This record gives sequence, C-alpha cells and structure tokens, in this order.
Amino acid sequence: MNTTALAAFMTKEVRHILRDRQTLTILLLLPLAMVVLFGYALRSDVNEVRLALVDPAPDYATAALRGRFAGNARFRIVATPETMAKLEPLFRRGDVDVAIVFEPGFAARLAEGTPARLLLVGDASDPNTGSTMQAYATAVIAGYQAELGSAGAGVQIVSRTRMRYNPTLESVNLFVPGLIALVLTLVSALMTAISLSREKERGTLEVLLVSPLRPWQIILGKVLPYLLLAFANVVTALLAAWVVFRVPFRGSLALLLVASMLYSMVSLALGVLVAAVTTSQRAAMIGALVGTMLPNELLSGMIFPISSMPDWLRPVTAVIPARWFIVIARGIMLKGVGLEYLWQAHLVLVLMLAVFLALAIRSFKPRLA
Amino acid sequence: MDGLGKRFEATVALDDVTFDVRPAELFGLIGPDGAGKTTLFRILATLLLPDRGSATVLGLDVVRDLWAIRARVGYMPGRFSLYPDLSVEENLRFFASVFGTSLEEGYRIIAPIYRQIERFKNRRAGALSGGMKQKLALSCALVHRPDLLFLDEPTTGVDAVSRRELWDLLGELKASGLPILVATPYMDEAARCDRVALMQRGRVLAIDAPAAVGARFPRPLFAVRARDRYALIQALHAYPYTASAFPFGDELHYSDTRRDLAPVAIAGELRAYLQSKGFADAEVTPIRPGIEDAFMALMGTPQEAAG
Repeated sequence: MNTTALAAFMTKEVRHILRDRQTLTILLLLPLAMVVLFGYALRSDVNEVRLALVDPAPDYATAALRGRFAGNARFRIVATPETMAKLEPLFRRGDVDVAIVFEPGFAARLAEGTPARLLLVGDASDPNTGSTMQAYATAVIAGYQAELGSAGAGVQIVSRTRMRYNPTLESVNLFVPGLIALVLTLVSALMTAISLSREKERGTLEVLLVSPLRPWQIILGKVLPYLLLAFANVVTALLAAWVVFRVPFRGSLALLLVASMLYSMVSLALGVLVAAVTTSQRAAMIGALVGTMLPNELLSGMIFPISSMPDWLRPVTAVIPARWFIVIARGIMLKGVGLEYLWQAHLVLVLMLAVFLALAIRSFKPRLA
Repeated sequence: MDGLGKRFEATVALDDVTFDVRPAELFGLIGPDGAGKTTLFRILATLLLPDRGSATVLGLDVVRDLWAIRARVGYMPGRFSLYPDLSVEENLRFFASVFGTSLEEGYRIIAPIYRQIERFKNRRAGALSGGMKQKLALSCALVHRPDLLFLDEPTTGVDAVSRRELWDLLGELKASGLPILVATPYMDEAARCDRVALMQRGRVLAIDAPAAVGARFPRPLFAVRARDRYALIQALHAYPYTASAFPFGDELHYSDTRRDLAPVAIAGELRAYLQSKGFADAEVTPIRPGIEDAFMALMGTPQEAAG
C-alpha cells in the first residue's frame, strides 16, 4: 500500500464532489446564504424599545439621561408616570418594555460621589428580548457615566463585558462564529456520513473492502477532500460576514483557520462514525442531523446561552464540539485574543478528535457486518 | 474448504459446505436465489466470518490471512458495484491504483474484455448497458492481475448475447491458467464450467463435471409435448408410473419409476395412455437428462414444482 492508492482515492472522491453539481452548488453557496439570512432575519436585536421613565424629583442629571434615551433611535419614551405604583398597570397591559426609576436626589448624590441609584425594570416574559433590552438601556446609562468621567458614580452596569466586545450590541457579530460552526458541521459530518454510506448502499464498499486498502486509508481518502471543501466554506463565511455586515475581525486569521480545520476534523470523524453505524444514506443523513447538527446548534451556546440552561444540562454542553469552537471563534474574532486564552478550548477539540477518530476507525470494520 | 457454515439469525445460509477448486479450473456454483452462493462468496472473499468450519483461498486462511488474500484475489459482487458518476476509464484506473498497480500494467490481461468497451471509455459507468457494465466490472476485478477470480452471478441482468460473450471471456481467462469460481442461477450456463457444485438451501447437493451431473439422474427421462400443457400435467400426475413431471421450456420433462423397462417401451406405453386421455397430438421422446433435470431431482421436490 502506498501513497498512490491514497491519492487515487482522493481524486475519486473529488470527482464525486465535483460531479454532483447540485449538491456542490448548495454547499458552496450555503455559508453565504446562512450569513445573510442570520445577519438580516434571525438577529435577536430589538428595535424600538418602549420606555417608561419614573422621575419623581427631576434634576440636571436625570434630565441628561432622559435626553440620552430620547435621542437614542432604539428607545421611544411612551410614558412618564409619577410613581412606581403607576408603572405596574403599564407593564401588565404590555404598553411598556422597559422602565427606569430614578431615586430622588440623583444629581446631588452624583456630585457628592456617593452611589446614585436607579432601578431598571424589564418585561422579561421573553427572556432573550428582556435581557437584550436591558442591555441596551445599560449601554445608554454607561455612555452617560463615561461622559461624566466619574468612576465612582455607582450606576450599576449589568453587562459591561459584553458591551466592551460588541459595543453596539450587534447580534450578527455573535452569530457569525456559530454560523461557521454550523456550516462546518454540515459539510464535514453530514456530507461525509452521506458519502460513506452511499458506498455502502451502492455496494462499492464491498469491492473496496476486498482490496489491500486498510480502513484508515479508506477513511482518510474519504474525509480529506471534504476538509478542503470545509476550508473554502470558512473563508466564504468570513468574507460574507465582513463584506455584508462589517463584522469585526480582531484576532489572528491563521489561528481561526487552524481551529476551523480542527473542528472540521472532529465533525468528519463523527460523520464516519455515523456512517459506520447506519446502513443507508437516508439513515446516515438523519443520524448526522440528529446526532451532530442538532446538538451543535442547540447546546453550543450558538443560539441559546449556556448560562441560561438548567444546571443539569450545562455539563452536557462540554461534550458538544461546537461549544468549544464557538468559544475559540468568538474569542479570536470579537475579543482578539490568542492561544494564551484559548489553549484549553483547543485542547478539548484535540482530545475530542483523538477520541472520535479512534472510535471511527474502530467502528469501521474490515469486513461486512 | 471444509464443513463451512454460516447462520444469519434464524436462517442457516450455509450448512456443511465442502469442496475444492483446482488450479486453472472454471468452477461453477449453480443454484437458485437464496441457495447461499453469495454468502459463500463473501466468506471466501474475506468479507464474512464463517460461524464454523474453515476455508483456505490460495492456501491462505480466510479468517487469519485476510490482507494477504485481498491483495491476490479479484472479486466481482453480484450487484453492479462501480461508481456510476465516474467514467469507464476512471473506474478502471481507480481500482488499479487501489491495488497498487496501473491500467497500463494490467492492460494485457484485461485487453480481451476491455477492448469491447474501450470506445466508451469516457462514458460514465452509470450510462452503460447491463452487459457493458458487467464487462467493466470484470475488467476492474482483473486489472491487478489476481491469482484467483470470484464472480458472483456475473451474467444476471445481462442479455443473451452478452452472456455468451462473458462466458467466452471466462473460458479464455481460464485457459490462461486463472482459476475462477463463478456463481450463476442459470442452469444452461453450468455446461460452460469444468465442474459445478449444485447448491440448494445452503447445502451442496452434488459436485461433478456438468455432463456427469446429468448422468446422475436416477430414472428414465422423456420430453413430452402436447397442445394443452396444463391438462397434460394433470394427466401425467394421474399416471401410475410418474416419478416427476415438470415444465421445461415449451415441453414437459417426465421421469418414470420403472427403471428396468426399456425407454422406448415406456415411451410407447405413455403415448398410448395419453392418447386414451384425449391427447391425440401427444409426442413422447426419450432424452438424456441435463443438469437442470438432475438439479430438480436432487432438490427432491419435482412434483410440487410442476404446474
């Protein structure tokens, strides 16, 4: 056995990919379509937050803050009740999304340097929207605080970190790393599982088995071309994110590409595993969707924050490859950090690769089942 | 191969199968669908493990020496198993490379077959006719110059002309010294083999040269013709000396229980009986039993097969 056989296998695989024009077109356009779709349609940004302001003792500081909210395109002041008691019916009727209650003597306290307090009330019946609106309001207050330049003003800021990396709170920035993970899962796990189970279904695997090719050679020849395709997809997704949405890219592109390939290999190994335990293309497709796409999408923090999952579910996310890839991708793209902060996530992916690859090669029997 | 057995859940696919294939021999496995031919091929091609018994291929054990066997045998499964989206030549080159050789190196041995499809070498394999597909599959199984060839039903789904061509090619390959084990459900193809094993429900009923298998038929055999074939079978079943009567082409093959009587005498009596039953046009001719007759007799259920 030699490299010629492996090269021939890969050439054959590339031909399969290139000749299935429809699938190839879909796969190449997919990252583009997904970035645009998620970017425009599926964002969790909230526009036009209906705001109520309770300001029992107006002064220059509360006036300045009110002015900031009035001038912010995201907020529309819909009510200014005198007391908190009058706030309640507004929330009940659903007329108001967020309310801000100033304590009396706000400006005086600021001037003294003692904490000036305000209460932020949000309608969290939709928790995601609620926290998003709350974050917007906090951002406005933080802006005022920064302008005052008084660090000890004591206006509590809820999510300072998130704003730091995503000051305009654009959700598309957060989605792009998740999207890359999704596209990579699709191309790597799903396509490999389908392609390998197609050989089973057509009986070509039977012929390949009765050849000197070892299982690892069949697997390697099968997955390497898909790794190339995955690489092209990452580049497309990043380009689309940058060109269409100006998503920032703060860290090392090389490191992100390395991490993408690492994640892609983990998915490829999973795809082989799925193909090994299924007997038809259809079963492999469903297996890959349920076994890789779904958990990677739902349990990775891509859409639903891990911190808002129940206690028992949170540890489960540790075995979801996309969770670690998203940590890496968000870290590199949005925070601009490198391996010094992300080595653990990389290590987890490397370990996953080792485990899944070993399982995949083991599950790929040199005989028919 | 000795006492080979393979069981699939409740079904016994192979039961105590024992035979040897000699060097440069064209050995046929003849039997209906479900006889266990494919299971046997898969065990010999190292694709399945036998539950019991042992088998050696080219002196190598099918369980222990699988990699050594795989490098040296050519295997063509019963179902078309090439890549339909690759061209004829691409398929061939791919399988050559997989075995660490090239189309050029293997060209001499596949030439007699490949030349017949070479003008379609740029056509996708999926667009070939049934006969051409099988010729390509045979080329792919041969391109690495194997020491032994396994062909599982190479002529199934192939037109009559291509079938004859394929068997001619197998004859040529055998003449070049290559031992070939071939399975077929078609009895008429058995005659092209040096020896055949008749298989039924996982068992080998007989192993012999095709002509000798026919000679094993235990009773006098006759071809019977009349216009109304269905009524003819009914009449034959009512005849006291009938051992078996089953349709064979457009006639019936009838065997008689009276072994000590001269065939001509039996034919005369039977003709008289049929004429008395209203078959004025009945023709009864003594014939030499062929493989299919032997097979039907060995299966032991000829009466039920009638009609």
